[in-house]
Amino acid sequence: MQIPGLTLTLDRLPAPLPIWRGSVDADAWQVAARAVAASEGRLVALWGSDRGWREPAGFSVCAAYALADGLVWLDHPLPADAPTYPDLAPFFPCAGRMQRAAADLLGIVAAGARDTRPWLDHGAWPPDQFPLHEQTAAGAGLPGKEVVDYPFVRVGGDGVHEIPVGPVHAGIIEPGHFRFSVVGEKVLRLEERLGYAHKGVEKRFTQLAPLDAHRLAGRVCGDSTVAYAWAYCMALESAAGCAIPARACWLRALLLERERVANHLGDLGALGNDAALAFGLAQFSRLREDWLRLAKEVFGHRLMMDRIVPGGTAVDVDPVAADRIGRQCDATMLQVRELRSIYDEHAGLQDRFIGTGQVSPDLAAELGLTGLAGRASGRAMDLRRDHPWPPYDALHAETASHRAGDVAARVAVRFAELLESLRLIRAIVAALPAGEHRTELRLGENASAGAGWIEGWRGEIFVALELDAAERGHAIRRCHCHDPSWQNWPVLEHAVIGNIVPDFPLINKSFNLSYTGHDL
Amino acid sequence: MWKIIRQIARTGIRSEAPPDSDDSLRVEAERIQREVLAILGRALAIRHVDAGSCNGCELEINALDNPYYNLEGLGIRFVASPRHADLLLVTGPVSRNMELALARTYDATPAPKLVVAVGDCGCDGGIFGTSYATRGGVASVLAVDVAVPGCPPAPIEILRGILTAVQRRRPGAEEFSAGPS
Repeated sequence: MQIPGLTLTLDRLPAPLPIWRGSVDADAWQVAARAVAASEGRLVALWGSDRGWREPAGFSVCAAYALADGLVWLDHPLPADAPTYPDLAPFFPCAGRMQRAAADLLGIVAAGARDTRPWLDHGAWPPDQFPLHEQTAAGAGLPGKEVVDYPFVRVGGDGVHEIPVGPVHAGIIEPGHFRFSVVGEKVLRLEERLGYAHKGVEKRFTQLAPLDAHRLAGRVCGDSTVAYAWAYCMALESAAGCAIPARACWLRALLLERERVANHLGDLGALGNDAALAFGLAQFSRLREDWLRLAKEVFGHRLMMDRIVPGGTAVDVDPVAADRIGRQCDATMLQVRELRSIYDEHAGLQDRFIGTGQVSPDLAAELGLTGLAGRASGRAMDLRRDHPWPPYDALHAETASHRAGDVAARVAVRFAELLESLRLIRAIVAALPAGEHRTELRLGENASAGAGWIEGWRGEIFVALELDAAERGHAIRRCHCHDPSWQNWPVLEHAVIGNIVPDFPLINKSFNLSYTGHDL
Repeated sequence: MWKIIRQIARTGIRSEAPPDSDDSLRVEAERIQREVLAILGRALAIRHVDAGSCNGCELEINALDNPYYNLEGLGIRFVASPRHADLLLVTGPVSRNMELALARTYDATPAPKLVVAVGDCGCDGGIFGTSYATRGGVASVLAVDVAVPGCPPAPIEILRGILTAVQRRRPGAEEFSAGPS
């Protein structure tokens, strides 16, 4: 693995996916960004760390890039007295908000960045104190500062007015603020303001023992609890250099695919409902409820929280349960096929779906749209196919894709992925390898780092983990969890341009991005 | 259209399906409906507020709207504005960034108002605890009538919590008739 135009020493982490790690200076930081952008790689995550716990002290800014050969985690050390680094937004527009978040939490600044407004900082901590600094005590409150109005970009002109929405929304949804600038019904501009669900997850990680913190990872984003727990455990196991039993890999994939099905069932119903087909919501929410009830019976939890644990899984599946899971897949598949044909043939529904909230493949590539929404706009990336780790190397997951980039395409991709996941679950329960489903995980003597990378239902989830040495209790010094919503929220602002305000809920639902996974 | 009708006919009415012998759901649901009508004398309007949750509780609150629980059939519905609400269903932990919005939502809800905190985080901050970014449980910000534990609580537990909150107001039933006119 090399980045074109750079000679770097990269260490491969012992993870089931190809992940490398290396250190760069400011020049190489910029050269790498340019080279990755030129070779159509993507920025997966950008975050900062306080390195006060080790020598030399100071800060660090990190970037994770996905290239054809795998993922590269670059670490750029910064001096404590002048923690600035070259801005990545010119190469990757999605870097902007991640850099603003790093500035809020750590005080490290992207030099030359155009947008320097606070992002996660809504005034809950003072300007001279940063939550992720080593010396800032975890678990304690900080004195807030005076809350000032956020400087939204104003749109001028005859008849332009603003519609503010949120943070408390009209449905059962997470908190966030949307500022629409409209003329009549037409949206000229949408600006998002997020961060309302910021609950200090990354600081909280530093208070937990590494063998317990998978529970917190599983609560970064409740709808992706399996994906996060797996990504965290993969990071921990890679830091420990620990391989898990084959049966554990297969069981984890079973849980992950079941999570994908549960979410797609929920979304497909909600999308029908947002286009006034209440029938769709009734049908799909019924299927989802059946799905969750079987999860409760077989795995002991409806959303399958805490079922993936360091070293394997907390649950096993006996032949009776495997049979029930398989039969439920068959029944669900028949119903979903029937419902797909109803959706496809419903003129009123298709009229709302087709052409609404369009993101062209070119725009998607330019802005770095990722995950499910990316696949609906011609970006056919899927870690399960691109870097098939066990058991996906034996399952050959098909990647759904579409080029239309509208609500209809995102619905079509969901249907295709749902049916493919049902096939995968069928294949998994039919071929579960025998053996243990959990192994004991032992951490090494020295400080270590690990990474996890998982294709969740929404897109790729990435976890970067840094642990201290055994003599300091293997304390978690940094655990960064990255949600694909970071990449996709800014694209939603583009997707609604020119649409009418009443179509926003439909467009928003078709992306179904996470607030909590983004706000952390 | 006939496909839709066929699918509806094939599916049947799930919320009325005869319960298994160990499934007390139907009995429970009917009792809840009677209680809501007896205590409130009308439908119960709920405003949900996510004050910083992980979205797990929202998934289960949404599940309450599926045909199994027949929520609207019980006279309970979710409304789009706190000004239409009898009860606030709040998930947490309450983030510092949501504190003001939550307080304003509470202020906008007409008295008498009930508050039900949902989930371990709504009860006491859960795994997130209290920190620079969170206040912990909902009770640290608002007067809470009932707290429903669970991570997340199952839909039927949330429904039970809602009913319990309504029952708590039984001695002061006249409060309700003296609501804003």
